[in-house]
Amino acid sequence: MNVRAVTSVLAAMLLSACASTPGRVDDPLEPMNRAMYAINKPIDDHVMRPIAQAYVDYVPQLVRQGVSNVFGNIDDLFSGINGLLQGKTEKAGNDFGRVLVNFWGVFGLVDIATDLGIPKGNEDFGQTFGYWGIPQGPYLFVPLWGPTTVRDGTGSLIRVWYGPVGYIPYVPFRNILYGIGAVDIRASALGTTSLIDEAALDPYTFVRRAYLQRREYLVHDGSPPPEKDD
Amino acid sequence: MTFMNTLRIVAALLAAAAAFPAFAQEAPDALVKRTSSEVLQIVRTDPKVQAGDQQRIREVIETKLLPNFDFERMTALAMGRNWNKATPEQQKLLVEQFRTLLVRTYSGALSQYKDQTIDFKPLRADPAAADVIVRSEVVRSGQAPVQIDYGMTRTPAGWKAYDVIVGGVSLVTNYRDEFNEQIKGGGVDGLIKTLGDKNKGATGKL
Repeated sequence: MNVRAVTSVLAAMLLSACASTPGRVDDPLEPMNRAMYAINKPIDDHVMRPIAQAYVDYVPQLVRQGVSNVFGNIDDLFSGINGLLQGKTEKAGNDFGRVLVNFWGVFGLVDIATDLGIPKGNEDFGQTFGYWGIPQGPYLFVPLWGPTTVRDGTGSLIRVWYGPVGYIPYVPFRNILYGIGAVDIRASALGTTSLIDEAALDPYTFVRRAYLQRREYLVHDGSPPPEKDD
Repeated sequence: MTFMNTLRIVAALLAAAAAFPAFAQEAPDALVKRTSSEVLQIVRTDPKVQAGDQQRIREVIETKLLPNFDFERMTALAMGRNWNKATPEQQKLLVEQFRTLLVRTYSGALSQYKDQTIDFKPLRADPAAADVIVRSEVVRSGQAPVQIDYGMTRTPAGWKAYDVIVGGVSLVTNYRDEFNEQIKGGGVDGLIKTLGDKNKGATGKL
């Protein structure tokens, strides 16, 4: 799977979102998003989900944990950068500390930092923009990517383009790493997606509300302002 | 005071406590903590639960978890302003169907929780409050901790949970959008039908 294909769909949707027509306040592009959701569903059911399930079924837990940890180090690095961008020096210190400590855990394969009690952060560019007061913009559902917003999607594009994997000069190896990363992410969400299938009356609405609630919570570091009751 | 007098007072107090369970109420955080550790213990050790025996899992949920939830309040909150538009009969059906849906969902998810440890945070609430949030945190290696909060309300039968907020995602808020959408499409009866169909579909899958 080519990351450029996915990110260019995301980029195209970000651009089209700028020419949005009014509808639901947080999801003015609902018709387009629902169409994208419908495109994504069979791809996920028949390709992504089975691959991720096979990965969980046939690759030993220890190896999968190692893969998650290696990619987790990159997340920690970006979490630290975004912590600094929001002036959260203590959190950023934890994140950079994790990267340093885990580097000694067989180059990031073993998450020693968690065992040492250094909590894993989860800052990202979307949260930084939110912290700076930039509104989330229209909600977007991007095939192969999932739920996002104009603000968060822009953050994700920055993250992917400047991620260390992008600097690997040998393209096939780089793409293999992106592929493994995608499978790792999809595998970690297997429980969540089966839960959504069980719980949701309309999975599109369910995913949208859950995503927007989650992001609001993260931007406000766990204490979002109370929701307006309708 | 004679010994018999003392006994009589103790007996009277006990009777009062039985008549008014509020006297003997377990604190909300203690209740959540006890329930979680009991359920986790079962998930970790019960071979039937680990093998995915749906009947046994359902039984654990029915006996350990359900008595601690206030489904009527939960349904009313998820319905929002639509709650008062529903007739008492419709309300009863909604509570029933919503409860069934949540039990089914939770049955599917329960076995995923065996490798986790849960930390509880001290309860920062007025002891006289009628409504509190109990905060807990699930810690897993290699992942950012996930906060699980419980919205709890005081009832004559003890504290009951009316919302579960996982990583900032409130169950009640999530269903409010879903319910709203269904009601817009087909009224309260439409929502009842959708819930019923969903629950019947889930039966087929088990």
